This record gives sequence, structure tokens and C-alpha cells, in this order.
Amino acid sequence: MAKNWWKIACVLILLYVIIGGFSVKVPSIGNNQQAARSIFFHLPMWMCMYTLLAISVVNSVWYLATNDLRRDIRASSAGSIGVLFGMMGFATGMLWSTYTWGGTIVNDPKQMTTAIALTIYMAYLVLRLSFTDLDKRARVSAIFNVFAFALLIPLTYIIPRMVESLHPGSATSPGFSSQDTAGTIKMVLWPAFLGWTLLGIWIYTLRNRYKRLVLKNILHG
Amino acid sequence: MVKRLSYLLFACFMLSLTSVFGQDTARTVTEAVQQQNTETGPVNEFFRSNAKIYVPMGILVIIFIAIVLYLVRLDRRLTKLEKE
Repeated sequence: MAKNWWKIACVLILLYVIIGGFSVKVPSIGNNQQAARSIFFHLPMWMCMYTLLAISVVNSVWYLATNDLRRDIRASSAGSIGVLFGMMGFATGMLWSTYTWGGTIVNDPKQMTTAIALTIYMAYLVLRLSFTDLDKRARVSAIFNVFAFALLIPLTYIIPRMVESLHPGSATSPGFSSQDTAGTIKMVLWPAFLGWTLLGIWIYTLRNRYKRLVLKNILHG
Repeated sequence: MVKRLSYLLFACFMLSLTSVFGQDTARTVTEAVQQQNTETGPVNEFFRSNAKIYVPMGILVIIFIAIVLYLVRLDRRLTKLEKE
């Protein structure tokens, strides 16, 4: 139990986020209306994805330095759960944009570059399936993962900030600085980042432990 | 032959059942739509306030708790397997 305190914290934070996300007063701006509440669930998906994919690339580099297969298992588990959260973020964004921007996939640069980045990561997962030799798979996919992460940050974080976009935080729209966001939203949004990220890490550790059990004989033999 | 006949009878029985229940559910649904839940009490009034926004909130809480319980069970099973 002592080691699991963060899982309990994660559940309590997320219960606060779900209840608070529906209860707090949000400013009704433009055609966003009450759909503004989506931010408590849509944005944390991306924060969770960034965290997991960062864990993945760190473990990939660590594998290349040590040739320890357990590092490769960590990298692949974090990568697949990161893609899962990315796809959930994309799906929630599609629903949100349908009723506020007037289209499921619109000409928004952030939406497009994110789709590209997610496709690159799906290619990483497919690449892993194409090997039979464990060491070769680990080495090649670790190198691919480094390139994928090196593309993820400019594609989803830097380019959308330099061009015009419907998303907040682009060249022409305000971001989430202290003057722009209502206090009630921030009260729920910061815990939401933490809570959803912890949930993602929890699922990642479960997958990692399962994969280690599957490869138990190879790892200890 | 007897087997086949009994299947046929069973099928007829089931069909009659569906038609009976079908009528009943249809009537129940129309009745339910006509007479809204008007029970009082703090819980009922809370869920009906603010254009019933708290109903989807409750649904999300239920789904979230179910997923968490599943994760906890998976976690425990993995721990058990790791100890073996």
C-alpha cells in the first residue's frame, strides 16, 4: 500500500476533476458555450501523451547505451500507451471541433501536424511487429523512436505556435497565460493535468509489468 | 421429431413473449415520458438542477470508478503473478 499512494492520489484527483469539471462556472465565450468544459478532458490527454512519449524516448536512448532489454520493454509500453492517449486526445478534439469550428477535421495546422505525429508513432508500433529477433527489434526501433520524438516536438508544439491556428496559443490567438484564463478553469485544469498523467503512467506500468512477465525466461536466462 | 416439435413450440412461446413484453415496454416508455420523475428530496433536486447537467457527471463518475476498479484488479493479479 505504501508504494501505491500515488495511484490513490490519482483516483481522488480525477474524481475531483470530473465533478469539478461539470460544476464550476465557466465563461461562455462565442459559440464555445458550455463546450469549454471539454478542456478539462481534452488537454490533459496531450499532457499525458507527452509525458509517456518522453519516458519512451528516454528508455530508448538508455537501451542504446546499455543494451538492456528491460529498457526496450519500457520504451515500447510507454510508446503504445502514449499513442493510445494521443488518439483519445485526437478523438475528443474532433468531437469538440465539430460543434465549435464547424468541422470534424478542419484546416487547423495543429490538428494536421498532430495527425502526422501520431502516424509516425503508429509506424513505430508497426515497425516493432516486423522483427522476429528481439535484439535487432530493440535496436532499430530505439533509433526510430529517437527520430519520432525529434519530430513530435516541432510538429505538435513549435510549428502550431508560429502559424495562424484556431487553437489557443498560436501566432494570432492567446495562450493560457495568467491573464487569459478564468480562475475557475485553472482551478480544475492544473489538477487535471496531474491526474490524467498519473492515470496514464499507471496503465503504462501495468503494461510494462505484463510484458516483462511474458519475456521472463529471456530476461533472466 | 419430438425434439423438433418442442423447438417449434419453444420458438412460438418466445415469439409470443416478445410481443407481450414489446407492447408492455412500449407502453411503459410512453408513460415514463409523459410522467417525469417528480420525486423530491435533496438528491433528486440536485440531479435535476442546472438543466440536468449533473446526470452526465454522475455517468462519468460511474464509468471512471468501474475502470479504476478494473485497473486495481489487474494490478493485484500482476503482483500475484510476479511473486510466483
